Amino acid sequence: MNIMPALEVSHLTFTYPTATRPSLKDVSLSAEKGELVALIGANNSGKSTLCYALSGVVPNFYRGGFTGSVMAGTMNTTEHTISELAQQVGLVMQIPANQLSGVRYTVFEEVAFGLENLGVRRSEIIERVMSVLEVTDLSDLSDRSPYQLSGGQQQKLALAAVLAMSPSILVLDEPTTFLDPEGARQVFEILLDLKNQGRTIIIAEQRLEWIAEYGDRVLVLEDGELVLSGTPDEVLTNQEIKEIGLDWMPYTKSAELAKQRGLWQRERQLPSTFTATVSGFSNPED
Amino acid sequence: MDISIENVVFRYSDDVKALNDISLTIHQGERVAFIGHNGSGKTSLVKHLNGLLRPSEGKVWIGDHQTENMSVATLARMVALSFQNPDDQISKRRVWDEVAFGPKNLRYREDRIRNLVEMSLSVFDLLPRMNSNPYDLGYSERKRVTLASIIAMDTPVVIFDEPTAGMDAHEMSLFKRVLDKLQQEKKTVILISHDMDFVAEKISRVVCLKNGEKRFDGASRTAFLDTDLLASCHLHQPQISRLSSHFALAEMALTPGEFVRGFQDSPEKQVDVDWP
Repeated sequence: MNIMPALEVSHLTFTYPTATRPSLKDVSLSAEKGELVALIGANNSGKSTLCYALSGVVPNFYRGGFTGSVMAGTMNTTEHTISELAQQVGLVMQIPANQLSGVRYTVFEEVAFGLENLGVRRSEIIERVMSVLEVTDLSDLSDRSPYQLSGGQQQKLALAAVLAMSPSILVLDEPTTFLDPEGARQVFEILLDLKNQGRTIIIAEQRLEWIAEYGDRVLVLEDGELVLSGTPDEVLTNQEIKEIGLDWMPYTKSAELAKQRGLWQRERQLPSTFTATVSGFSNPED
Repeated sequence: MDISIENVVFRYSDDVKALNDISLTIHQGERVAFIGHNGSGKTSLVKHLNGLLRPSEGKVWIGDHQTENMSVATLARMVALSFQNPDDQISKRRVWDEVAFGPKNLRYREDRIRNLVEMSLSVFDLLPRMNSNPYDLGYSERKRVTLASIIAMDTPVVIFDEPTAGMDAHEMSLFKRVLDKLQQEKKTVILISHDMDFVAEKISRVVCLKNGEKRFDGASRTAFLDTDLLASCHLHQPQISRLSSHFALAEMALTPGEFVRGFQDSPEKQVDVDWP
């Protein structure tokens, strides 16, 4: 029996109202339950717009020329309101200041805001908020104003507010931009947990080392088109990504350099993770 | 124009010390990265250098001037600071005007302003956008507009708060070239970054903060060897340093070239792999 994909995009083309060219061109993709799919690409390649489209913000909030379809579970995003979709798909925006409600005075209240709007029982709200603050390491800041947090703390708050809604599909637009390295790892560990619970995760990210380590599949956008897809190793060590505003990671560059000096086996796949790099350097004769 | 921070304590409110007894000196022409966990005090510290914040205790010297006695406007002639979030910084409706805003306020001559703005837009690949409204640009382009605005002020000290956050590889290479240019001009550059691979490649001195206290001040190469220090500050080794430590190279490598050379020279290339 074929299981229906959790998220399916068919031939999506989207143009913002005042733009002369489409931001997304004939994009098709699907993601399964329990899959973590990474979106990479140069800035302005359409990653954020695709995140908006996956969560229904495009075309329900940002209107414009929209053809094709986006199915989030059983919901066609053009046939449902953002608030209906919010129960199915959560969106964590790139800039936390754009996502914070601005009408709540503490971190706790901010995380509770979405649940209040869904009419969830008070006792359940409290329970869910406390648990999410715990997971995101924000418990100590729960009485602080969202506007008295550092950039990184605000970014974690934006994630916490979406996690509290417990969506089955989570779309994240560069959620670790302002986080310290350990904070970024915590976010990916949270995502790994959610993935193992069967949630579907789509994440746009510039820091490729996290994608290499945690991604199941990587999609590459260039100028609004999907141009490459595959496993992290296949995509992140592909020569082509260097030509579209991305770069190989230091791990990959070291192996390539070693290959030129006969210290890395010619036929061996170039690495994108620490483990694969160490393994290649340790066993040049494999 | 050296910078000297002497026993600085800063409190946002009565009980919490955002900065606790920080002292350090940065010489003219040096390039330093401030690193540390989120909320460690990095941004609070750099805001002391252009007078946006004043120490609760201690002193800050920019050259021979103590910041306590100076206005933000006067300090702006010496120190330019780009904010982490470009939307906190942008105030004009045209990219050219935004970048010209700083040098105009410093009352530079017309032709100098024009040259500085053109140079700054050019190095950040923004000349084609000079007539756009900054708010019609994407986030990363707005960020580049704010970085261009800062170097257009042509101050001896330039500070960037998380300049590389969200940059793609092309933007990173532009920014690295700007850093080299600033170094040739003998400008002091202080930047805050969470990107350890970038710091390893471009910055030789790091100051590491934890909970408002200075935990380390010295060579990047030394800091990146010290995994306990890094872990306690929520940081990770850069990729190359991690490889270098794993294979116990004689000298900590910071670039792929250094690593491969070091690996080639190491007596035992066959190392028992310690699988995680």
